[in-house]
Amino acid sequence: MSTTTLEPSIETHVHYLNVSYGIKSWLLTTDHKRIGLLYLASITLMFFVGGSAAVLMRLHLIEPQGGLVEPETYNKLFTMHGIIMVFFFLIPSIPATLGNFLVPMMLGARDLAFPRLNLMSWYLYMIGAIFTLSAIAAGGVDTGWTLYPPYSSAYSHTHVIMAALGIFIAGFSSILTGFNFIVTIHKMRAPGLTWFRLPLFIWAHYATSVIQILGTPVVAVTIALLALERLFHIGLFDPNVGGDPILFQHLFWFYSHPAVYIMILPGMGVMSELITCFSRKRVFGYSFIAFSSVAIAVLSFLVWGHHMFVTGQSVYAGLVFSALSFMVAIPSAIKVFNWMATLYKGSISYDAPMLYALGFVGLFTMGGVTGLFLSSLAVDVHVHDTYFVIAHFHYIMVGGAVMAYLGGIHFWWPKITGRMYPDGWARFAALVIFVGFNLTFFPQYMLGYLGMPRRYAVYPAEFQVLNVMSSAGASILGIGYLIPLIYLTWSMRYGKVAGPNPWKAKGLEWTTPSPPPTENFEETPVVTEEAYNYSAVGEEA
Amino acid sequence: MAEHQAQSAVMDPLAHQFDDLQQQHEASNFGMWIFLATEVMFFGGMFAGYTIYRHEYFTAFAAGSHLLNWKFGATNTAVLICSSLTMALAVHAAQTGKRKALVTFLILTILLGMAFLGIKFTFEWSRDWNENLIPGELIAGHPFAPQGEILKQLQEAHAGLPQVELFMFFYFALTGFHALHMVVGIGLLTVLTVMAWQGRFSPERFNPVEGSGLYWHFVDIVWIFLFPLLYLIGGIS
Amino acid sequence: MAGHVVPQKVYFVIFALLIGLTGLTTWVATLDMPSPWNTVVALAIAIFKASLVILFFMHVKYSSNLTRAAVVAGFFWLAILLVFTLSDILTRQWIPQSTGWTTTIESPH
Repeated sequence: MSTTTLEPSIETHVHYLNVSYGIKSWLLTTDHKRIGLLYLASITLMFFVGGSAAVLMRLHLIEPQGGLVEPETYNKLFTMHGIIMVFFFLIPSIPATLGNFLVPMMLGARDLAFPRLNLMSWYLYMIGAIFTLSAIAAGGVDTGWTLYPPYSSAYSHTHVIMAALGIFIAGFSSILTGFNFIVTIHKMRAPGLTWFRLPLFIWAHYATSVIQILGTPVVAVTIALLALERLFHIGLFDPNVGGDPILFQHLFWFYSHPAVYIMILPGMGVMSELITCFSRKRVFGYSFIAFSSVAIAVLSFLVWGHHMFVTGQSVYAGLVFSALSFMVAIPSAIKVFNWMATLYKGSISYDAPMLYALGFVGLFTMGGVTGLFLSSLAVDVHVHDTYFVIAHFHYIMVGGAVMAYLGGIHFWWPKITGRMYPDGWARFAALVIFVGFNLTFFPQYMLGYLGMPRRYAVYPAEFQVLNVMSSAGASILGIGYLIPLIYLTWSMRYGKVAGPNPWKAKGLEWTTPSPPPTENFEETPVVTEEAYNYSAVGEEA
Repeated sequence: MAEHQAQSAVMDPLAHQFDDLQQQHEASNFGMWIFLATEVMFFGGMFAGYTIYRHEYFTAFAAGSHLLNWKFGATNTAVLICSSLTMALAVHAAQTGKRKALVTFLILTILLGMAFLGIKFTFEWSRDWNENLIPGELIAGHPFAPQGEILKQLQEAHAGLPQVELFMFFYFALTGFHALHMVVGIGLLTVLTVMAWQGRFSPERFNPVEGSGLYWHFVDIVWIFLFPLLYLIGGIS
Repeated sequence: MAGHVVPQKVYFVIFALLIGLTGLTTWVATLDMPSPWNTVVALAIAIFKASLVILFFMHVKYSSNLTRAAVVAGFFWLAILLVFTLSDILTRQWIPQSTGWTTTIESPH
């Protein structure tokens, strides 16, 4: 691209934001970029709803006997926090916002393969969200996000079916997104864009989509069966008539374990983009990272029993699941090593996206390693259903996935909006989030190891110090999340106008104007070079 | 770009995101296969539940299976296989540009599908309703409560009634979701028939027919498994 | 571009095979076979029928490797669900028996 003059204006070209105005042009759009923004707004809203539940919980847990809410209410809080964060924030987050926006652009395509299905997926998400929020408004659900019977099917007096319906519908939203990505990636790559020239963001979303289409239908039917059991008192999971609650857990975790990889793989894809750009280096071990994404997608389906070690599941099945769970850590570790090798002797710059990326690498590694503790059957007997598990998955989901999400949002923000965010505030917020996060969740490892159970509204007094630390951290973390909300919104109107490629990054999306026109590319690009073809600074040193 | 605009009566021309009709056709076809993979997993979850409980409670499942009328099951299997034939012939007609044959075969497929549903609703499910074999308390006051001959038959087989109820649950869940898919399929085919009648398909553009064909055959395959697994457990006399 | 056009004759042959196999399944169910075999035979016939539908009615025999991969993937993943869940159910009763601890080392007599 030719160098631009002092103040490039985004008003001089027609792009996807100003091509048409009015609510209908947004609600009936089939443009993948607008749909990405629709999702961005919805999931941001859901994030703060789920986050408020967390704030209330952490405030409550300042006192050992509970300071804020009744125990029944506490049960509802952790349930809604889990359901909203898992199904309505983490699962859609990167794929439905950044993925929708970027997958066609990174492939050199004009849109996804099925634009109308893409819009339908957003509507399904919204309908699912409305059902779930209605369940909250009507009084909540208290079964835990895992909805285990027989409590959820026979004993709970809360709005289980309403919430289950919301999750069921949102599941189809997820399936449609994955389905669209798979077909697009297979069939709509630009000329010259062979599989091994694809950005690793695409490989990550491909693997994620495979998990989405093969796993989500199982949880859908499982939730349907649960709803039928609750409605019609069938006895499917009722031990009194020979039903097996463990069967529910098998069917539930068959999806829900791979689901956690739906949540993290796209973040790993973002990592590959950020780390290469901000080290000005080609990624180390491209094919290893690509294949490891596929390996994770496959292996993730073979390990679900590690959530069920203490349920009465067969010991021998447990051993097999334990061994496989150790194996599934390997591809993730390969990625971390490759990213670190990419950083080595790179020309590192510490822009906000890179701060998030570096945070990810450290925190994801910590969370991942504690996953190995949990995979070990004998150790899991002691730490299952304690705060150790909570710390483990929050390190991965929040320290990992949410940091990757924020890093990606910041990285592609100029492309999406045509504006830059204020750099100082962004870096400050990244640091606040990092500090707040660690202060919130590191004490929870210790709490869990010392024996504090999860999902309890009260706890023994000797755990109070760690709990107060955790709650203090949570308040810092909450502030940290609010700061980007403010300055990113502000920047949409008042931010400095960004050119097509403010980061000087590689990738087809950076060859378009910022914001891009509706059709993305005037002519379909032809790709002749490898991905991440940054000048090899320091490679020969 | 001008060529496909000339065929104004035919199905919508190339969608804007595709480069050519070939790509569009392949994407559409591949997309339908991916969707069917999700359907395999959807029914698969229920099959998994069925497998577990059949293993645990074989006697009850066999007794429950004997309560079903295998003749209706076999007839329905034949009906669906016929409908798969007519559907395949419909796709063939679309591929070779024979509009009348396409419409005829689509209508035949719809009729056979409705025959399947008719047999199921009027002969099988209504009988189950009358004999109180519907599991759970679907309608208040109408619980699972086999009487008379049926009760005697179950007692002679030493089948636990709660487990027979479990079998009936799987029967209704599996055939119910299957019937739901049939209804959707019939709806799709109806829309297609209207479009075919209007001459909107051609050998260059018949993706929806082919896609619906794949869907219809899949629903047939589910039934191919359901028939022996539900109706023929433990043998028939 | 219509893709591969399968001659109608093939469809009729497959149809006849499918009807025949349905009859076979029903007939086999009337035979008295020891316990797992009637299930095995019934499933084998069902799998064969499904394969005929997939290969010929659904054109997979004439389709790309990508399509075949999608078909295989669906069934393979279902197999994962069934096999691993069954592995729990079938082995749940195998409780390992510990031989216990001794606190002293017994000298052999």
